[in-house]
Amino acid sequence: MSDNSSLRTPSQRIAWTATIAISTLVFIFLIAPILAIMPLSFSSGSYLTYPLPGFSLRWYDDFINSPRWMNSLKNSMIIGVASTLLSMVLGTLAALGLAQWKSRFKPLVLAFVLSPVVVPGVITAVGLYFFFAPIGLTGSYLGLILAHTALATPFVVITVGATLQSFDTNLARAAASLGASPLQAFRRVILPLILPGLASGALFAFATSFDEVVIVLFMAGPEQRTLPREMFSGIRENISPTITAAAVILTTVSVILLATLEGLRRRNERLKSGSA
Amino acid sequence: MTNALLTGANASTEVPLKRRLRRAERTRQVKALALVAPLLVFLLFTFAGPIAGMLWRAVDDREVRQVLPQTIAALANWDGKDLPNEGAYAALASDILAARAAGTIAIAAKRLNYALNGFRTILTSTARNLKAVPEPGTAKETLAKINPAWRERATWTTIKDAGGPMTGFYLLAALDLTRNADGAIVAAPADQAIYRDIFVRTFLISLGVTALCLILGFPVAYLLATLPPGRSNLLMIFVLLPFWTSLLVRTCAWIVLLQSKGVVNDSLHWLGIIDEPLRLIYNRFGVCVAMTHVLLPFMILPLYSSMKAISPAYMRAAASLGAPPLTAFLRIYLPQTLPGIGAGSLLVFILALGYYITPALVGGAADQMISYFIALYTTETANWGLASALGAVLLLATLLLALVYGKLVQGQQVTGGMKN
Repeated sequence: MSDNSSLRTPSQRIAWTATIAISTLVFIFLIAPILAIMPLSFSSGSYLTYPLPGFSLRWYDDFINSPRWMNSLKNSMIIGVASTLLSMVLGTLAALGLAQWKSRFKPLVLAFVLSPVVVPGVITAVGLYFFFAPIGLTGSYLGLILAHTALATPFVVITVGATLQSFDTNLARAAASLGASPLQAFRRVILPLILPGLASGALFAFATSFDEVVIVLFMAGPEQRTLPREMFSGIRENISPTITAAAVILTTVSVILLATLEGLRRRNERLKSGSA
Repeated sequence: MTNALLTGANASTEVPLKRRLRRAERTRQVKALALVAPLLVFLLFTFAGPIAGMLWRAVDDREVRQVLPQTIAALANWDGKDLPNEGAYAALASDILAARAAGTIAIAAKRLNYALNGFRTILTSTARNLKAVPEPGTAKETLAKINPAWRERATWTTIKDAGGPMTGFYLLAALDLTRNADGAIVAAPADQAIYRDIFVRTFLISLGVTALCLILGFPVAYLLATLPPGRSNLLMIFVLLPFWTSLLVRTCAWIVLLQSKGVVNDSLHWLGIIDEPLRLIYNRFGVCVAMTHVLLPFMILPLYSSMKAISPAYMRAAASLGAPPLTAFLRIYLPQTLPGIGAGSLLVFILALGYYITPALVGGAADQMISYFIALYTTETANWGLASALGAVLLLATLLLALVYGKLVQGQQVTGGMKN
């Protein structure tokens, strides 16, 4: 598809050069803020300005030795892992069911299942706040896990559903005809094949929970504050270099998630081209 | 199974086989639905139920009825033309005494104060000064002596209107409307009419951010779709990395960059372009820049997937038929990207409408969007009816747009607009 060489007229060349120039600026716009914040976390000074007075790990030290930040990191992990597991179970079952279900109501059900992604966070948060407060689920881990699961499950349904679309149902039938029980067929034939889809679903679910802040703002008690929640109040009060250290840690987690996902995608593509 | 195969060979049993197949298919469908059911039940509890509850609060109006039950009952037959009769005054006096004993007077006072400014004082001063149940026939006189407001018709219409059990009051208020003394819907007084401005502001900011995303995203998506896969995959990292980076990290980064002693101001100063630091943040400019940064990937990804599907043969055909490049672009390429433009723009617009975190952190008081006020009325002032009504309006707008979006991306890959 690369037809840079086939650009014949000067005006085409100018247009292409302009596209590259504008895109480069947009790429800088997208990436520069994230890169700019990183070195500041290694500054030995307490001001968020360049040039850095010197190099130091004191803000990371600050982060690790602060019970507040460590507690928030722990909470993010607990809530993230728990809601990932729960949304994997619910989402995978639903994706399997939706793949087989034939009904004219299917688009409606699908729209309902996906709606937590579209509905503004504040609306979900306010609704949950009213709904969960009387039954004691605000200010509790369980309440946050349930809420984050609701937000994360659509991503699981989408990713697992996409994998199931390319899944050859004849394989399941073959397993059944060879005498496998439905559970056996699922565990030994279907599961290994859709595993990459499950893994990316899990990554999406975890990332959704790990980055969520609006619901946590409304529902978390002081005990359940997550990392984004601590960052929110930190940014509101006064941005200290400790926040930039937290930002670097969060970004590292995102990069790991993204790299894993990309690895899964590549592996999937390799498998596909191998079988074709 | 074996049985079915054996009898299937017999032509006379064709109908039972068909029926059996249908039954098998039905069982399959029931099983499929059983797999979806847990998620549906779960979402009913953690998502649909809470939102329905919020919508209910937008019309729920039982506070005054609970605190002043006898008064509401006494006003049921009042035509609202004159002052209510002595019985209503006596009922009110008795209600106020009971509410004072129960400590619930503030609940009614708060609700009534939303409808009529100053009602809180009327009710609390009356509660404070009413010593005992008035002698029969003197209730009107006693109450009017404590607070002359009880001699005004508007005071009583306010109570009657707030008598519940349901009300359009909050929904009307969310649209800067109110009912006048005759019950007609009219524009709210200027000092209370702020929500239409906020909706317009929310709409304009979202529109501006969508336009910025389209202008910036189009060339990038075009470049990514045109480059050979190896290089475009590499460049895709520039889009996906910010996409995956925490929203708070990105918002924080913009504050660091744009603050008065931030990187941008320092650089401009160092280059000699400015003498005084520019005010780049805690204003509309900062909100638009940060929101565009957050939402740009949501524009680029659907645009990219729609452009990727356009065969380069069309452009070559246009060129071979003598179309100049610009004409070919405008008449052949651009129309084919329209579904992508529509999907990306709608997605960005929908997401922008409901934005809360970024404007809350980088906007000034005049840049807060509707979500901010929903949050404010929920947690700070506890005006839950109004918060819910504003939420209902926002939800309606979002769902309508999402419906259009759904129609637009139908047939396209479902994941096109979402993450990934």
